[in-house]
Amino acid sequence: MPAWFGHRSVTLIVLAAIVVVLPLLFPSSYYFRVASLVWVSAFAAIGLNILMGQAGQVSLGHAGFFGIGAYAVAIGPAHLGLPSWGALLIGAVISAASAWLVGRPILRLKGHYLAIATLGLGVLVALVITTESRWTGGPDGMSVAKLSLFGWRASGSSTWYWISGGVLVVGTWIALNLGETPTGRALRALHDSEVAARVAGIDVARFKLQAFVIAAVYASLAGSMLAMMNGFINPDQAGFLHSVELVTMVVLGGLGSVVGSIVGAAVLITLPQVLTVFQEYEHVLLGLIIIVSMIFMRDGIVPTASRWLARRVRV
Amino acid sequence: MTILAASNIGISFGGIKAIDGVSFAVDAGQILSIIGPNGAGKTTLFNVVSGLYEADQGRVELVGEDVTSLAPDMLAARGLSRTFQNLQIFQRMTAAENVMVGRHLRETCNLFADLFRLPSVTRQNRATREAALALLDGVGLRGSADQLAGSLPYGACKRLEIARALAAEPRVLLLDEPAAGCNAVETEEIDELVRRVAAKGIAVVLVEHDMKLVMKISDRILVLERGRPLTEGTPREVRDNPAVLEAYLGKHGAGEAARA
Amino acid sequence: MAEFFQFLMSGLTVGAVYALVALGFTLVYNASDVVNFAQGEFVMLGGMVTVFVAAAGVPLPLAALIAVVAAVAVGLLLYWLAIEPARGASAVTLIIITIGASILLRGAAQILFDKQFHKLPSFSGDTPVNLFGAAVQPQSFWVLGGTAVIVLLLYAFLERTVLGKAVLATAANRLAARLVGINTATVMALAFGGSAAIGAIAGILITPITLTSYDVGTLLALKGFAAAMLGGMGNPLGAMAGGLLLGLLEAFGAGYISSTYKDAFAFIVILVVLFAMPQGLFGRRVVERV
Repeated sequence: MPAWFGHRSVTLIVLAAIVVVLPLLFPSSYYFRVASLVWVSAFAAIGLNILMGQAGQVSLGHAGFFGIGAYAVAIGPAHLGLPSWGALLIGAVISAASAWLVGRPILRLKGHYLAIATLGLGVLVALVITTESRWTGGPDGMSVAKLSLFGWRASGSSTWYWISGGVLVVGTWIALNLGETPTGRALRALHDSEVAARVAGIDVARFKLQAFVIAAVYASLAGSMLAMMNGFINPDQAGFLHSVELVTMVVLGGLGSVVGSIVGAAVLITLPQVLTVFQEYEHVLLGLIIIVSMIFMRDGIVPTASRWLARRVRV
Repeated sequence: MTILAASNIGISFGGIKAIDGVSFAVDAGQILSIIGPNGAGKTTLFNVVSGLYEADQGRVELVGEDVTSLAPDMLAARGLSRTFQNLQIFQRMTAAENVMVGRHLRETCNLFADLFRLPSVTRQNRATREAALALLDGVGLRGSADQLAGSLPYGACKRLEIARALAAEPRVLLLDEPAAGCNAVETEEIDELVRRVAAKGIAVVLVEHDMKLVMKISDRILVLERGRPLTEGTPREVRDNPAVLEAYLGKHGAGEAARA
Repeated sequence: MAEFFQFLMSGLTVGAVYALVALGFTLVYNASDVVNFAQGEFVMLGGMVTVFVAAAGVPLPLAALIAVVAAVAVGLLLYWLAIEPARGASAVTLIIITIGASILLRGAAQILFDKQFHKLPSFSGDTPVNLFGAAVQPQSFWVLGGTAVIVLLLYAFLERTVLGKAVLATAANRLAARLVGINTATVMALAFGGSAAIGAIAGILITPITLTSYDVGTLLALKGFAAAMLGGMGNPLGAMAGGLLLGLLEAFGAGYISSTYKDAFAFIVILVVLFAMPQGLFGRRVVERV
């Protein structure tokens, strides 16, 4: 395999090139919308991957943070007169703060116990959003003000395509940075052997918490973007099924692979769009594709594909 | 100078005393071996001393300070490193990265600098990698630096763990069966490696079943039996103590051995 | 006081269903280390198949039997076609596979049946029974009695039969079980089939009270998983206790505090329990061996 293959800057350049070139192939604004949705979901998945892929800690409640970000930009301007960008920042701060607060006790749990605790957290957030209808519009959801910056208003699917694409490139850059730094090594080390990491002097609790907070902020920002992009938000975005969808993106693409999270998001967002052709068979096929790809690519799409490529190139 | 001292350590699991009243002390540059039949409590003792288990009784001192029931990472920061009987390497990281993790305490680790990969991070990475490669060289793994640790053979993993433990520049190193599963040549290498470590002034505590190795390199030997100290002394004293042979072979076996 | 018994009975009834789902989770988890998120779909299948077969004119008991058989068949297929081929994959990969299976089954139910809510007639009429002033649906007794029978049968099977002991041995140590000649693949298939049967029976018993539709499985899987973890994953008694406790928490929370936040009480209690006891109420503390 050539040395540049899979290198950080190459990955970034290729991603940026895809974001730039893709619109040339788009026949209608519908494609811009789907692609923006992919970028936003990929952004959330990349964050979750730092927690799940690098630190090896499962979260089945990450849509909760997504929901906090989404409802921050909905409630802030509507009820509190905040500008959207301010609400977005406040949402990220609330997500980070709540992740930090609950993270310490929760991240002491292991495996399935961690899964159910994070799941519970996510359910609680979704429940509050559904119930406090005075603020959130309840199960029906609420409309979201358009993003405006210095008098310029972001609207239209192509505008959001460029915003979400740009944010994704930055998010990818940060996630790629992390891997080969003391923090990234500490996370990967505690994933492989917690005892060995502790004995090497790593404050395991602190690093897990950092990964949890980073993942929460990614999800929150993604939620804010989606809400402003759609101009509408409902509690499903904070719900259990959306949490599961985010986890599936990460695992399907490949745990620990930043590119994998983008690919996983792309597959899981575009697949239902493609499968609508099959009408009522949509869910059957979606389930089938998930099962079959996890059986045959158990480490995820990108790690499996790059192993395959590496073999071909060597031969 | 005494680096590590444990006194009257005791711990029980489900009412059974795994260790009871064990004490030892090791000086800088000294090699203390802990031996005993399977189930004597050697690894459990290591787990207590390195902070993984909390002892029911006793006291651990590191360089004169009380460190009893301190967390493993805090102990590491004060200069205690160890390896594991059952390999605990970071399988999905390269050999070099494994050792770089060992340098964790010697690095500055700032989340924001890391997220945005400031020039200082890149600079430090280069220095850490240099140090890691030098350590790998010391255990004969320089050539495997960029291989995934999970793909290395068993003996190499054992040495990788030692290199990782040394990366923290410890004052005391606990080695849990470093020669287990190694062939004669590899054992010879471990022997030489441990001597070199001790020569640098690091206190070494060794749990090992290879008696030839133990007798050759130990300054002193502590013998445990069923969680209790049996005897302690120089290799010669321990070898000549009939109680030790009995602990390993039983009364009858010891008699047979004496006649042979 | 009448109010109290009303909440108690409705809590126990719902809790019994959660307990059965949790028991299904536990059975599969013990045999194979898989957390089967399609467990709720077995409950859905039990209810839906019974409804549609009965609607075709088949007597209710026979329809129920057909539903159980159908669920078992689906459980076995799930094991043979999706879990067995992925043997050795990581826990999280296996979870995603079962999530895929759950999406697939829901989609299939939507095509095979419909998207409507369905009801079954109560097994012994709808005249409420007065119990300490509380009006209790006769169907509640069916649910509680059915749960008790299943638990006793399962206990007898595990403790009194050779095959049952093979299941326990596999749960304790899969490699050792294989070394003493236990066919662990059979045991795992048995666990999937058994948990499907238990889920289906739960679905049949509860449908006269709560109705059923193609998508009831998700929430039940969530609650069943929560109950299993509350009790301590892998412990059948813990699963039962966790399920009943969860049902009671919901019923009393909804009755005395706030009905809109009834799901919240359950999860808050779970979080508090796990903070204090990271292995669940009845889970064993494990000493990390290194």
